[in-house]
Amino acid sequence: MSMAEHARKYPELWQRFTPRQTLVRYSWYMGVIFVAVWSVRNLDIPWFYFLDAHIQAADLAVRMWPPDMDFLGQLYDPLIETIHIATLGTAVTIVLAFPVAFLAARNTTFNSLTWFIGRLILVTSRSVNTVVWGLLFVAIFGPGPMAGIWAIAFRSIGFMGKLTAEAIEEIDQGPVEAIEATGASRLQVLWFGILPQVLPVIYGTTVYRWDINIRESTVLGFVGAGGIGIQLYASINLFSWQEVSLMLIAVFCVVVVSEFVSAIVRQRIT
Amino acid sequence: MTAQTKIQGATPRQWHTIKLIENPYLRYGFLALVVVYFFWSLGTLDIDWHRVDSGMTRAGNMFSRMVPPDFGRWELLVKGLVESVQMALAASFFGMIVAVPLGLCAAVNLVPKPVYLVARTIIVLSRTFHEVIIAIFFVKIFGFGPLAGVLTLIVASASFISKMLAEDIENLPPGQLEAVRATGASFPKLLIYCISPQALPRYLGVSIYRLDANIRHSTVVGIVGAGGIGQVLAASFSRYDYDFSLAILIAIVTIVFVGEFFSTWVRGRLR
Repeated sequence: MSMAEHARKYPELWQRFTPRQTLVRYSWYMGVIFVAVWSVRNLDIPWFYFLDAHIQAADLAVRMWPPDMDFLGQLYDPLIETIHIATLGTAVTIVLAFPVAFLAARNTTFNSLTWFIGRLILVTSRSVNTVVWGLLFVAIFGPGPMAGIWAIAFRSIGFMGKLTAEAIEEIDQGPVEAIEATGASRLQVLWFGILPQVLPVIYGTTVYRWDINIRESTVLGFVGAGGIGIQLYASINLFSWQEVSLMLIAVFCVVVVSEFVSAIVRQRIT
Repeated sequence: MTAQTKIQGATPRQWHTIKLIENPYLRYGFLALVVVYFFWSLGTLDIDWHRVDSGMTRAGNMFSRMVPPDFGRWELLVKGLVESVQMALAASFFGMIVAVPLGLCAAVNLVPKPVYLVARTIIVLSRTFHEVIIAIFFVKIFGFGPLAGVLTLIVASASFISKMLAEDIENLPPGQLEAVRATGASFPKLLIYCISPQALPRYLGVSIYRLDANIRHSTVVGIVGAGGIGQVLAASFSRYDYDFSLAILIAIVTIVFVGEFFSTWVRGRLR
């Protein structure tokens, strides 16, 4: 090995990246910054709004304090309704998401057309936000918790169906083949070979989704789909900020408790 | 005789699938509770069954007015969509930047306890409230328009990414941390040579996942007036322009699909 070659291979100074890697990295950085600048420039952001933002924020904070405690009695029913919407919506989801998941998993679907349909349902369900589903179902069922339940269910199908389908694709084929070898029907294979393997995932994602749904159902009322969001939106529109702050505290407590419950249950069952 | 009973006891003649709750009393008790809950909740919910009953015909009616989707006002559609995507891109970028200091401060093995607690409180607070609630406050402070939407999405992204980053750093093996510390490295050097090589790939992955989540969420902040395609959608709904609504929904699904595809591709490249 010549001196120069040795020096190149074992340089005095250790460097993490080769020049080529550095170049690629910096071009990525440049690209990202370019995209960010382009986006911000095109959004027409009124920068002067920042000038009095702190005054507005302080004003809002003063108006919100103290929370209007007399309002507490009227919060109980809407809060219960919010939890019901999330729970019942999640329950409907279990029923609806399961067949879709079987269609969307490569190893249980019938043919590539049914697989595509399953995937399309999952993507559509996930792309449309819960609140947008709420708009749709309020138009169908009229304002109220029924629309909320269906909005929650339709948004959750995509989430639960996707995770369940992934779990189905990753199952151990051994038990399935063993049960097929006993001459079991397709339904029996599904029930005894596949279902027991994905049940833990279904339980886990159900509880996880339930706690996300509690959070989502707090704002469904903004489009009239029931829950505490109806009161919250009304109070915001009436500028009764002291009621708003109390409701925010209530929402915070409910969401934190549900997250806590969901974490404990998931820890217990997995 | 005794041997036979023993064998029968050890290998039961009937087989059951494994149950989540082994104890049958607990299991059926739990099921009964679920049934009771259903009746109780459906009883307390204020559901107007007559209205629900007419829902099916209304749904059919709405559907017939939705199909075929009306792409006639595509300029409005494209403008809203581009605005949504720009909001998502800008929010992901700034969210990524804000998330770094916040995430570092929320890692218990890097910073003193008070800093940790403050950072965690910020993360929990901003994660608890739904984007739409946060958006309302930004609309109140910054007025209607995409600025409120971008700020909302920045808050949501920063809290999400920083939570993931903090958990990632907390799970790092302590060996490297100690080794770099033992060389007398300063805190910035610790970050550059120990934390970043180990946490960077996942941080980038989470950020890119967040980009595609932001595209989805940018469609909803518009409903409270924070810009983007959501605002166009809400307007079309309140004017009963259902055929235009369907066109918007199709466009949203397409853009989310493309975004998801892109994010999966980039995350695949990162590994």
